[in-house]
Amino acid sequence: MSIRENFVVPKRYNTIAISLMVVGILAIVGLYVTSGSKESEHEQARFWASLLQNSVYFLLVVNASMFFICATTLAWGGWQMAFRRATEAISAVVPVLGVICAAILLAVVFGGQHAIYHWSDAHHVEGDPTLLHKKGFLNPVFFSVVTVLTILLWSVLGWKMRQLSRSLDNNPLPTVEERKKYIWKNTVWAAVYIVVFSLTVMSSLPWLWLMSIDAHWYSTMYSWYTFASTFVAGVALIALFVVFLKNNGYLEYTTNEHLHDIGKFMFAFSVFWTYLWFSQFMLIWYANMPEETVYFKPRAEGAYSGIFWLMFLINFLAPLLLLMTRGAKRNYGTITFMALLIIFGHWLDFYQMVFPSPMTDEKGVTHVPMILYDFGVALGFVGLIMFSVGRALTKAPLLAKNHPFIKESLIHHT
Amino acid sequence: MAVKKFVVGNFDDEAVLFPAVKKVRRAGYKIHDVFTPFPIHGLDHAMGLRDTSLHTAGFIYGITGTTTAVSFITWALTIDWQLNFGGKPFFSLPAWIPITFELTVLFAAVGMVLTFCYLCQLAPFVKKDHFNPRSTDDTFVMALECTEKTNEAEAISFLQSIGAKEVKVDYKETGWWLGRYDKDTKRFEKKAEAVH
Repeated sequence: MSIRENFVVPKRYNTIAISLMVVGILAIVGLYVTSGSKESEHEQARFWASLLQNSVYFLLVVNASMFFICATTLAWGGWQMAFRRATEAISAVVPVLGVICAAILLAVVFGGQHAIYHWSDAHHVEGDPTLLHKKGFLNPVFFSVVTVLTILLWSVLGWKMRQLSRSLDNNPLPTVEERKKYIWKNTVWAAVYIVVFSLTVMSSLPWLWLMSIDAHWYSTMYSWYTFASTFVAGVALIALFVVFLKNNGYLEYTTNEHLHDIGKFMFAFSVFWTYLWFSQFMLIWYANMPEETVYFKPRAEGAYSGIFWLMFLINFLAPLLLLMTRGAKRNYGTITFMALLIIFGHWLDFYQMVFPSPMTDEKGVTHVPMILYDFGVALGFVGLIMFSVGRALTKAPLLAKNHPFIKESLIHHT
Repeated sequence: MAVKKFVVGNFDDEAVLFPAVKKVRRAGYKIHDVFTPFPIHGLDHAMGLRDTSLHTAGFIYGITGTTTAVSFITWALTIDWQLNFGGKPFFSLPAWIPITFELTVLFAAVGMVLTFCYLCQLAPFVKKDHFNPRSTDDTFVMALECTEKTNEAEAISFLQSIGAKEVKVDYKETGWWLGRYDKDTKRFEKKAEAVH
């Protein structure tokens, strides 16, 4: 078979992507009719919480792809070069989802959805000492500026990294000096991205977007834990696209060795996620202070305990046991299954981060909403990601053949 | 311990050794072992060695550690000596997870080190015969075991033809024995003929 350098979107692929998007739109319309258009603030919150959870989750998942690129670039890793274009294509969706996510977040903050963000209600904050104390951080202006700036920086820096990679396609670097310079340039831009990334996803942004839903409660570990959640799902997404491209006869230089290393990432970061998830839980459980345990009351013991334990099962036990052996990490079927499971599991993680607080009624009882709608919305976002990644894949050859590290990747051995 | 007869080829380049291993196997000679100054990726695969079962052993040790920790703490804190920590139930699993984790790692790590030493026959006072001491420095040594079907002269010329710098026939102790490197230099009592 000849080398197939350029991706051609299969017809069925786009059909599936578009039908998933239609499902998503139907689910959003359904949600709007059943709850979003209602008078009650709590009914409306259910609609916006679903959009918020899905858009934030999928934005962070595709953004993890660019983090993967930059982290490996900074570490001078060469092994991922063989499938680097797949990760670049996934990260190219960040601007698309970023605009959607920013629009939803700003609509929630300025649209008066106080059942989601209590702190956005100026009147309510006046009578609440805790929120008054946090006002410098939790206010609509700060929130929107940080949100827009962050998404802009991710998009621009990601675009720069992809541009650097594509600039070599028709322009091989003949001398070692030029290659060194190119690697150095890559390193600098990757470092800038990592700094922005660590100041946002890894430290402060999930506080604003997700933790401030429970505005009285706080956990300094929260962002780091959110990052772990989205990074493992992001690596799973990369694995899915690599397997998809391999099965369609592309990426012929990507071998089981590369898949094995992606599997190791999925395994390792599943355990890392569990470590943070459990640490956050255990410290609060041990200290047993009411203002902290309030977060886990509905989640670990209340209405959401089923999701809580299901997460433990599919985000920790399943990857730990099923991805442990060498054979499993080299098997397309196992990797695909585990990647889907992990993406779903961390979607559930975000579900129980977002929903319990808006779903608490006036009497203080927490409900689990009809989750089928949220599945529908999630499928819509999956369709959008599929469609956009498919488009981005066609834009450049699938092998970065002039990159100085490409040989290291082709002879990669684990 | 068995003393056997070997045809020993010394190579000075990894790039020559690698194809040589494949050619020797294709020619049907029995490779006793290949000794290299540093680990070579893929050599075990080329030699047709099976995957190590060290990780299976590690998993079993880890599970043993988990079980030990959970069962011991459970017994100690719920049956033998009940203590009230901040009003928590006696059986409070979350507080035990860190210790369970540590004991899992400890059992797996120590167990795997000891198993590794056992598999490699490494221990204090255990001595093994070297085909060529320079295999720890700059020489790649391939030892072919002589069976009743091996034609030594043919094997020697074959090894030379595929790039071995120096080939010799040698009698070596294949197992290990107890002794001290500073005192005990006598390897085995008398040279025996090749054991078939």
